[in-house]
Amino acid sequence: MNWTRPFAIVGAVTLRLLERLGVFAHFSVQAGRAVAGVATWGPLLVSQMRRLGVDSLPISLFISAFTGVVMALQASYTFTGAVPLYFVGTLVGKTMILELGPVLTGLALSGRVGANIAAELGTMRVSEQIDALETMAYDPMAYLVVPRVLSGILMFPIVVVFANLIGVGAGWITAINLLDMSTQEFVKGLQLFYVPFDLTYSLIKSTSFGLVVTLIGCFQGFTASGGAEGVGIATTRAVVIASMLILVLDAFWAAVLLR
Amino acid sequence: MSIELIDVHKAFGAKRVLTGLSIEVGSGETLSLIGFSGAGKSTILKHVVGLIRPDRGSVRVDGQEVPRLSRAALYDLRRSIGYVFQFAALFDSMTIGDNIAMGLRRDAALSEPEIRERVMDALERVDLPGYDTRFPSELSGGQKKRAGLARAIAFRPRYLLYDEPTSGLDPVTTTTIDRLIRKMQSDLGTTSLVITHDMESAYRISDRIAMLYQGRVVEEGAPDQIRNTRDPIVRGFIEGKPELVEQAEADRARAPTRPAVPRTGEPE
Repeated sequence: MNWTRPFAIVGAVTLRLLERLGVFAHFSVQAGRAVAGVATWGPLLVSQMRRLGVDSLPISLFISAFTGVVMALQASYTFTGAVPLYFVGTLVGKTMILELGPVLTGLALSGRVGANIAAELGTMRVSEQIDALETMAYDPMAYLVVPRVLSGILMFPIVVVFANLIGVGAGWITAINLLDMSTQEFVKGLQLFYVPFDLTYSLIKSTSFGLVVTLIGCFQGFTASGGAEGVGIATTRAVVIASMLILVLDAFWAAVLLR
Repeated sequence: MSIELIDVHKAFGAKRVLTGLSIEVGSGETLSLIGFSGAGKSTILKHVVGLIRPDRGSVRVDGQEVPRLSRAALYDLRRSIGYVFQFAALFDSMTIGDNIAMGLRRDAALSEPEIRERVMDALERVDLPGYDTRFPSELSGGQKKRAGLARAIAFRPRYLLYDEPTSGLDPVTTTTIDRLIRKMQSDLGTTSLVITHDMESAYRISDRIAMLYQGRVVEEGAPDQIRNTRDPIVRGFIEGKPELVEQAEADRARAPTRPAVPRTGEPE
């Protein structure tokens, strides 16, 4: 066996990765420039906000409600006999707002929104609908990418606020019904370490998740090729890459903002 | 008002698709470009509207060098070109009426009632009156092609590009589409470039036919001249005889420099 072969493989993979990164950087710059085409994307923004944001509420709220229930029960189980029970409120509130609300919502929406965008734009790419837009003198970046990315940036934080509220609410209902706690005790715990920055942190994170999920979805859809199989690959990549980036960003924001 | 491609070269990675292609479509003329699948015919149309840039050579529409146009100038030029896609490329989420109106809405001079009038007129021209409220999924293949044609002609282009307008259609629908293409030329006086491998259709609709082979035009002439060609590759293609093409390729491989094929009808 040729001993240089592993190096050749690593080199080829690195080159392919760098090439793809270059294409993504070019795509992002083009999308940024297309923001100037307000007349093209403006009329589409509200409908995209409804599709990507409002229509995502049921799945996000479902996830956060059950997360709140489990958080309250696990906190109580952990604290029994050692820590005052009102700390259940502290743990549910802090964890939902700082971590689970944004991250679980981001991951759920990378599946729902990111996959939806990649599949839709990928199908438009392979069926020449994006070319058709161009031939009719529409800038596809301004028409397809900008309204989706802006909707993600604007709507993800709103969805996360609702997810946080429902998660904490579900934790409270669980605490007063199953844990022998009063509302006053739960609220006392909730307020104990709460600072307004918690919410700001949650919103910053969810805004960045909205950008990543929609931009990656658009990029994968735009660069899809080869028919149905190509659209499937683009969709899978959109979900996997966006999910990984959400976790990377989660760690990044914690390192930057919580130290 | 012409389309000119001069010595155009284009490669995708290692695959050389166009290797010095030169064609000219004169004002008001219909030129059909025939050739084997994968020969790069659709690539030529995409060069004309600036969706693809050539590696080398010149692409001119209306005397303007397409690859050198600014974005705004390119969009202006595209407003004078109608493009009929092979699979219609209609927007699934919109009605046929909205599909057709979309290009018109880029023209600020048109009011909504005028746009609606243009939509109805375009649908009438392609024999689809009353289809404006339907969605593409509710149309047959032939109807989709006609709707795609309606979208292309609605803004009254000076140029029409057709990418295999009759592929996959039954003979009756094919004849209907062919008649529509001739009608567009006579009614609107458009300059048309048609990509096809349907020879009967090419004979019916064309003023001239050019054969693309290995990235360049190997023969061009009037439909009757092409029908009676002596070039073995063109004969093999139009008569559907692969053995003629294989023989010609074998002959070419034996002779290192093959003389350029003259235009049919020109003195040899």
